[in-house]
Amino acid sequence: MTRPRADPPAGTAHAIEARGIVKRYGDLLANDHVDLTVARGDIHALLGENGAGKTTLMRVLYGLAVADAGTVAVDGRRVEIRSPRDAIAAGIGMVTQHFSLVGPMSVAENVVLGHTDGFRVDHAAARRRVTEVSERFGVPADPAAIVADLSVGQRQRVEILKALSRDCRVLVLDEPTAVLVPQEVDALFATLDRLRSGGMSVVFISHKLREVMALTDRVTVLRGGRVAGTVATAATDEDALAEMMVGRAALRPARPAGGRAGAPVLIVRGLSAAGRHGLPALREVSFELRAGEIVAVAGVSGNGQTELGEVLSGMRRATAGSARAGDTELADTPPDVVMRAGVGRIPEDRDASVVGEFSVAYNLVLEQLNDFRRGTVLDERRIRARAQELIERFSIKAGPDDRVATLSGGNVQKVLLARVLARDPQVLVVAQPTRGLDVGATQYVRSQLVAQRDRGAGVLLISEDLDEILALADRILVLYEGRVAGEVDGAAADRQRLGLMMAGRAAA
Amino acid sequence: MTFLIDLVAATLRNATPLVYGTVGETYAERAGVLNLGIEGTMYAGAFFGFAAAHASGSLTVGLLTAVAVGLAAGALMAFLSVTVGTNQHVAGIGITLLLVGVSEFSNRLVFGGAGTLPKIESYALLSPFGLRALSQYALTYVAFLAVAPLGWWVLARTSLGLNIRAVGENPEAADAAGIDVARTRYLALMIGGALMAIGGAFFTLAALGSFTLGIIAGRGWVCIALVIFGRWRIGRGVLGALLFAAVYALQLRLRILPGWDAVPFELLLALPYLVVIAALALSGRNVDYPGAYLKPYRRA
Ligand SMILES: Nc1ncnc2c1ncn2[C@@H]1O[C@H](COP(=O)(O)OP(=O)(O)OP(=O)(O)O)[C@@H](O)[C@H]1O
Ligand SMILES: [Mg+2]
Repeated sequence: MTRPRADPPAGTAHAIEARGIVKRYGDLLANDHVDLTVARGDIHALLGENGAGKTTLMRVLYGLAVADAGTVAVDGRRVEIRSPRDAIAAGIGMVTQHFSLVGPMSVAENVVLGHTDGFRVDHAAARRRVTEVSERFGVPADPAAIVADLSVGQRQRVEILKALSRDCRVLVLDEPTAVLVPQEVDALFATLDRLRSGGMSVVFISHKLREVMALTDRVTVLRGGRVAGTVATAATDEDALAEMMVGRAALRPARPAGGRAGAPVLIVRGLSAAGRHGLPALREVSFELRAGEIVAVAGVSGNGQTELGEVLSGMRRATAGSARAGDTELADTPPDVVMRAGVGRIPEDRDASVVGEFSVAYNLVLEQLNDFRRGTVLDERRIRARAQELIERFSIKAGPDDRVATLSGGNVQKVLLARVLARDPQVLVVAQPTRGLDVGATQYVRSQLVAQRDRGAGVLLISEDLDEILALADRILVLYEGRVAGEVDGAAADRQRLGLMMAGRAAA
Repeated sequence: MTFLIDLVAATLRNATPLVYGTVGETYAERAGVLNLGIEGTMYAGAFFGFAAAHASGSLTVGLLTAVAVGLAAGALMAFLSVTVGTNQHVAGIGITLLLVGVSEFSNRLVFGGAGTLPKIESYALLSPFGLRALSQYALTYVAFLAVAPLGWWVLARTSLGLNIRAVGENPEAADAAGIDVARTRYLALMIGGALMAIGGAFFTLAALGSFTLGIIAGRGWVCIALVIFGRWRIGRGVLGALLFAAVYALQLRLRILPGWDAVPFELLLALPYLVVIAALALSGRNVDYPGAYLKPYRRA
């Protein structure tokens, strides 16, 4: 990787020069007079907590949102960006946080979408174009493949190809690594590095400071919709960046010691289950989870972790095998029985686990409404009192009457945590607990998981984030194609080897 | 033998309006809009096509009028569901009620309350090679030889088709790719509306040569079912139309066969609809609806 340069060569026009961007959503100032200058041939990181306004700023640049004030210049020329069409014409390409691909269409169709010339679409020519761009920039892709069949990493490459095939000179990537495994992250970084050498400017959004330090040339930090500062990456470090983001020194906890595991609280034997299309997704998985330990389940998404989490929380039927928590069989058991057996769960799909239109208070007691009744009616007073207590204990930034749909991702996760942890579960099944959360919220959630372990609960942590697994797990199980591909001791694990196991390329 | 040949000929004829309607509805739905205005659009196409042909003495004028009415009905559906963002069920049913009402009211104004309407000189049958089964109206030939294959080709092989599929599947992605989502949906609904109206006009300008109240008799709704039966593919939708038309023709003929008069004719009349329901029940499970089905698109 080339050494980050601190300053762009003097005299050349900047690739992007945004001045005084203001974007309002109702009363909320998502961008408050934001300035951003990206030099030609730089990888420029955009950092900030959840809701700091990073995505908003990029949507303004790409024409997906129209700014209330401010100007944008590309290569020194003022441009008026009112739609993605304008942005593409100005040489800006964007890979959005949630991909913008049409699933049932082929890679080639997705790449030519929106800039087909002529009435007839020449599919052969489109495929040739994809192959040509993919070879020129070293971004592999099969032009005839159907996008819906591709892995997340492959889809991301299609998104990048889409932008490149439109001859973009500025490429915006919104949290591109959030969904990738380590090998894919390395490949992405190699690609971005190559693009940079070719003079491409890249805006790179990530919550992972390690990545920002490794890849980028400059960093702009947003805080509460405003620019907190712009620095050369070479002149800063992770702690300084974290401090800029949250406005105070962030504490990075040392890896918490574990190793006082007790009796098994969850015993899984030969567990099999079918996935979304009825195909086997879990194949004879066996393991034990003991009191006072955190066992992480690592794996590339789509290797059975989701199904494992669902079976253990009563949301999916097992086709064979058993999972026992104490005296309760969890496989083929309705969720309420699972809950009463002392199993708490924080599912992967946060939004499906809360009722967005309900208040925070209701969501907090949703799993135990029966305890908050007076006769047949709900006891509003006690529900509110309970909500107040949990809001304080888990420092949720919301009132009991706020609708959950209006909360940020981090606060929704806190509501879920509070709901589950308040019941002191013996077994805790959590899936992707910090996905999309910023540094502060992530630390908070992780510290809560550690506290649960120290209290004596068994925690099963299903995560695609290796940093998270390495930071928390006492033991690590790797799932590959629905089977346990190996088990590693948490303290002795290293990224490289885990990554290989997750890719199915090495045994334990 | 004659029985069979007649059956084939009747099947092709009965399937014709369904092919127009099904292809038209497929365009709307592939763009993400369920157009329940189809029943009314076919009805208005039938009436206004007839009225214009009657007034002008020209079938071409009648057909072009039907096309214009269909384009307008499609544009109205687009205005309500795309621009205003009305619930598509409400907008579609509203348009059907509106167009049926307008057609019947105009009928009273133009032709009075007369029980029987004047007849026009309708399209003649073409009989290539003197084959009875192929003795059909030009509109039938156009449906099977032009509308269905061209309709498929445009969806599958042209930028317009690519754009229509993209806005129906993932409008965010289409928008991000620089496609004008609203414009594409307007186009798809207007093309679809024109086809539906021609399907309606087939009754008055070709098959019957006259207009009667209730002339469409639910065939628009049948097309809605056929689109789902066809899983939004034109080829399969046309097959469904042929199946429905064949059963329809068969039950008409069964009624007059000796021995079948014991079966209540209402039951026979229901047969094609039962077949559609059965076919839907068998093939309509686990279908993948267009991703943006029923969802209006607004840039956040
Ligand atoms: N379409 C919208 N309507 C209303 N509010 C919005 C909209 N989009 C964003 N916001 C609000 O604007 C603020 C900034 O959001 P934005 O998505 O830019 O944050 P972000 O920095 O990208 O956060 P994250 O790290 O979670 O992706 C948030 O408070 C968010 O709730
Ligand atoms: Mg964001």
